[in-house]
Amino acid sequence: MTACGSGAGSDGKLELTIATFTEFGYEDLLKEYEAAHPNIRITHRKTGQSAPHHQNLYTKLGAGSGLADVEAVEEGHRAKVMERADKFANLREIGPADVTPERWLPWKSEAVTTKDGRLIGYGTDIGPLAMCYRKDLFAEAGLPSDPEGVKPLFATWDSFFAAGEKFAEKVKGKAWFDSAAQIFNAMQNQLPQGYYNTEDKLIIESNPAIKANWDKLTAAVAKGQSAKLTAFGPEWNSAFRTGAFATKTCPSWMLGVVEQHAGPENQGKWAVTDAFPEGGGNWGGSFLTVPKQSKHPKEAAELAAWLSAPAQQLKAFAAKGPFPSQVEALSSEQLLNSHNKYFDVKAGALYAAQARKVTKAQYKGPADGELQDVVGLAALQKVEQGASSAEGWQQLVDGAKKLAK
Amino acid sequence: MRDRLGEWDLRFSPYLYIAPFFLIFGLTGLFPLLYTAYVALFDWELGGAEPTFVGLDNFTTLLADEQFWTTLTNTISIFLLSSGPQLVIAVLLAALLNTRVRPATGWRVGVLLPYAASLVAIGIIFANLFGRDFGLVNTLLEVFGLDRIDWQANRFASHLAIAFMVNWRWTGYNALIVLAAMQAIPKDVYEAAVVDGAGAVRRFFSITLPLLRPTLIFMVITSTIGGLQIFTEPKLFDTRPGSNNGGSSNQFQTITLYLYQSAFENQNFGYASAIAWVLFLVIIIFAGINFLLTRRLAGVGR
Repeated sequence: MTACGSGAGSDGKLELTIATFTEFGYEDLLKEYEAAHPNIRITHRKTGQSAPHHQNLYTKLGAGSGLADVEAVEEGHRAKVMERADKFANLREIGPADVTPERWLPWKSEAVTTKDGRLIGYGTDIGPLAMCYRKDLFAEAGLPSDPEGVKPLFATWDSFFAAGEKFAEKVKGKAWFDSAAQIFNAMQNQLPQGYYNTEDKLIIESNPAIKANWDKLTAAVAKGQSAKLTAFGPEWNSAFRTGAFATKTCPSWMLGVVEQHAGPENQGKWAVTDAFPEGGGNWGGSFLTVPKQSKHPKEAAELAAWLSAPAQQLKAFAAKGPFPSQVEALSSEQLLNSHNKYFDVKAGALYAAQARKVTKAQYKGPADGELQDVVGLAALQKVEQGASSAEGWQQLVDGAKKLAK
Repeated sequence: MRDRLGEWDLRFSPYLYIAPFFLIFGLTGLFPLLYTAYVALFDWELGGAEPTFVGLDNFTTLLADEQFWTTLTNTISIFLLSSGPQLVIAVLLAALLNTRVRPATGWRVGVLLPYAASLVAIGIIFANLFGRDFGLVNTLLEVFGLDRIDWQANRFASHLAIAFMVNWRWTGYNALIVLAAMQAIPKDVYEAAVVDGAGAVRRFFSITLPLLRPTLIFMVITSTIGGLQIFTEPKLFDTRPGSNNGGSSNQFQTITLYLYQSAFENQNFGYASAIAWVLFLVIIIFAGINFLLTRRLAGVGR
């Protein structure tokens, strides 16, 4: 990665850099923006994974230089960025005047508004949750497999794990879900309070809901419901092809991931339905920020505003699937009629319905992202590798305390 | 005047000639070392509030940190599993290459190839080979009627797999260094030994090994430094992309990986600096022990 800043290029064009991770669907949009603004040239720094992108963000933020003019920030890292809000431009001040927080779902823009009312990010996508499942494996287990019929199975976590038990008895050598960490992530995000309270105090031990979820999930693991795979690792990727598990928690952006790994030979086997245990939830989604170290904050804010405007959000959704977070985009005909060929479903309408089930974004404390990604995942992996539920819980609590210290 | 200049030239020129080395060493070696020691005395959060001075707190926390001792044990275990076999095989390989194999250059380039391959690519390939469900190694184990091994979950198995990766990359490199040293041994020494009736094994132990001593010491020191700083292999061995955890309960997290995690994931620069300094001391101790051992073993009393 180059550490160059930005400035006027050799051809006199204004150079803007934008740094994103995984798939934002911006490739064509950036070309479109360049075509409409002949004086601007955009460099796109794309990182394959979220973790290194944010590590780079924090490091360069600390160093005081080297960041792109527009930096994407993922939901899990939002709290940490909000802590350093003074290092980001106030988009209410430098952004285009017609871009106001009302453009977004209320909880989306509230999430990046500081206590003194500065807006430091434009919302890009959100991750409304639905459930993906393998129709053929459901049929094999004697479970209903049509999108309406499966809904009762996905009504609550209890019904979900009960169905998993039935599945594990009938179908040998296949698991009910891919990874405990993926389920826990969804369960955790649904709670009204997460690992922290709003005073940034760690409440992992005093919030009984977290422990209850943990016990429920690790009991299912003990009954063989988990495929014990590490999400996004090489074995997890391969497991989609071999059909090693029957269900997958599916934020909207996951549809593309499933399609990519399951491949064309499994088309028609995967389905998704607008149901999710305990209603709905939001998993992931990002924001575009303009660090103060940018040399062209105004132009950067303009680009970020344009990229996160309804029309562009819809195009990005069509390209790679990140789900729009803007009120206007959510009710657009284009979105509601969009059809996902691989899952053979009107995915736009399905996820718009799921998005409406989300009422409030959970408050995220300072180390929430690492707690979920690093400590929680490792603790659940340990249980999947044979440790007891209690041992895993202890590791999670100890790790959380160490991280929060 | 002329005499004076000549005198100055004589007196100061040598220092001027060697100055570039010391300047560069000061800039890239000594300064970071001292600055790290300075940072280690602070509670220094990257990009956070102003650092606060905490004295030796970071070091006392470190010595009471269970994770640090786990990573130290892991590092030493992986180091022993890699450096030991690696050096022995390298010497044997060099001995083999030193015989009249044809084509000589072909074989020599061959053993160096793994070293030239991209470390990241090697890491990804080996992590796949040692996969639990779809890995080739486990498939082979099954073919031979053995049990599958969860290479990630089992602490010793994970060390073995990582050591395998390291050895695959470095053995050939070390073999070539030994080979070069072997070829520098005068032929007449061997001829005299043959005349005296010494067999090939006797010649190897009584002539080759003792004369290789300086080279072996060099290799042991460099591989100690490299081995104790091992980072990329354990990082890429983790099934979770980008993870610095070294497994679910740090079963294969090395000190350098922990250092990296502390600095860039937890943004705890002071603590990471303390780790760096302790690692520095550990390396010096190990290099010292190994130096003495190698001198003994290959020295035959000299």
